[in-house]
Amino acid sequence: MASDAEHIVKSYEQELNRLKALVADMGGLVEHQVADACAAVIDRDTMAASQAVEQDPKVDAAEQEIQQFVIRLLALRQPMAGDLRQIVATLKIIGDLERIGDYAANVAKRSIVLQQFALPYTLTGLAHMSRMVQENLKLVIDAVGENDTQKAIQVWRSDEVIDDIYNALFRELITYMMEDPRNITPCTHLLFIAKNLERIGDHATNVAETVYYAVTGDSMVGTRPKGDTSAYAVVRPSVGE
Amino acid sequence: MTLQNTTQAKANVGQMEARSVSALNQPRIAIKGLDFFYGSNRALKGITLNLPEKQVTGMIGPSGCGKSTLLRVLNRMYDLYPGQRAEGEVMMDGENVIAPGVDLNQLRSRIGMVFQKPTPFPMSIYENIAFGVKLHEKLSKSQMDERVEWSLSRAALWGEVKDRLNSSAMGLSGGQQQRLCIARTIATRPEVILLDEPTSALDPISTLKIEELIDELKHEFTIAIVTHNMQQAARCADQVAFFYIGELIEVGTATQMFTAPREKRTQEYITGRFG
Repeated sequence: MASDAEHIVKSYEQELNRLKALVADMGGLVEHQVADACAAVIDRDTMAASQAVEQDPKVDAAEQEIQQFVIRLLALRQPMAGDLRQIVATLKIIGDLERIGDYAANVAKRSIVLQQFALPYTLTGLAHMSRMVQENLKLVIDAVGENDTQKAIQVWRSDEVIDDIYNALFRELITYMMEDPRNITPCTHLLFIAKNLERIGDHATNVAETVYYAVTGDSMVGTRPKGDTSAYAVVRPSVGE
Repeated sequence: MTLQNTTQAKANVGQMEARSVSALNQPRIAIKGLDFFYGSNRALKGITLNLPEKQVTGMIGPSGCGKSTLLRVLNRMYDLYPGQRAEGEVMMDGENVIAPGVDLNQLRSRIGMVFQKPTPFPMSIYENIAFGVKLHEKLSKSQMDERVEWSLSRAALWGEVKDRLNSSAMGLSGGQQQRLCIARTIATRPEVILLDEPTSALDPISTLKIEELIDELKHEFTIAIVTHNMQQAARCADQVAFFYIGELIEVGTATQMFTAPREKRTQEYITGRFG
């Protein structure tokens, strides 16, 4: 239950607004970084790759700055109820955003290695997955900025689709590796890239849950969509091949 | 894998309430449909609230919301003033304490009260404690000595005053005076202690000592505390009740009230957005 009324202490109100603005900025940075990382892989864009890698220290610095700000707010204002939930939620959200940034940087680094290989197959599946992940990330960052539980729920629900695509990609890439051992290096990188995108989706889902709690005071209960089944996958070449 | 729908969300809130209720003990005092009037002004409107036994109930709300009035009703302080009357039920051991015919002296020995400003009597520390006890009980000198020590120890003051029991209580610091008042209140072995902003006139260290004391006292007594200090209510109380213009807006466990209050007015008040 967030409140529309303004705080009696103006400087506190200003600090809460500033906190919101800082998180929005950090969200924008991470969104951009993920977009660059995806472009680096899908469009084989080396410029975008180096941008995504260079962005990472900025994201880390933003996390540090917000963390300091939150600690100061907690100490000086002793927030209660909705304010307390929002401020603690921010602390969790920036942790998730920072991890998303790390995964994006890792995707970008792997894309640079991939440049050395001619890929004998299309990246349609990965492109589809990267679009969905970016959409979810954008949506969840909007949910944070607008305290929008509906958007949070939408993000939470659509993570399952991302997991499904990841599982399909996992099988596809294993198949290429089995067909030709020369595919092993690029496909391993692609597998990690897909896994990193899937992890980005999971962190976006975390953020969605945190937003829901911050706004309502209740936790999103129910079984979380946990669609990554590749952990149980076993690949066995048929006998005689 | 489905997301909770609204009905499930409500069920969760229901569970939360069930938990918060189960965290509270049986009521020591059960207030039901209580109205209070200063002349024609209705200062309390249909208050229904339980004070759980051997737990602390914190009462919060802006000035004039009726929280102090409620404390004054509980031990019938208002009887001293003409034109003030209470209607409804305040049940304690099957008896309505606001009904006519209740022995007020006996009631006030069962429900003790401590005020905002320390109010020691202008007599020795020892006599401050013994004075009230003498009204209710006939004790020998050694029994009285024992009672004085017991009360002062419970109020965490014994160590500081044991060597000067016969000096005037007026020579104590504000924080010590307030602890003396608490000792005086518990000396008659009440069941319920009412604290009306007991630390608002004290320095931070004395305040913490009183809070520590409340934590100790709740093992033996049922406590109601009115406070303007939100953090104090959060620290001390098991149950918190929020009042606004004579109405009880919301009551719940301290955790629920300070992390996720259900009512918008509670949320606005405790986050400092009241307006």
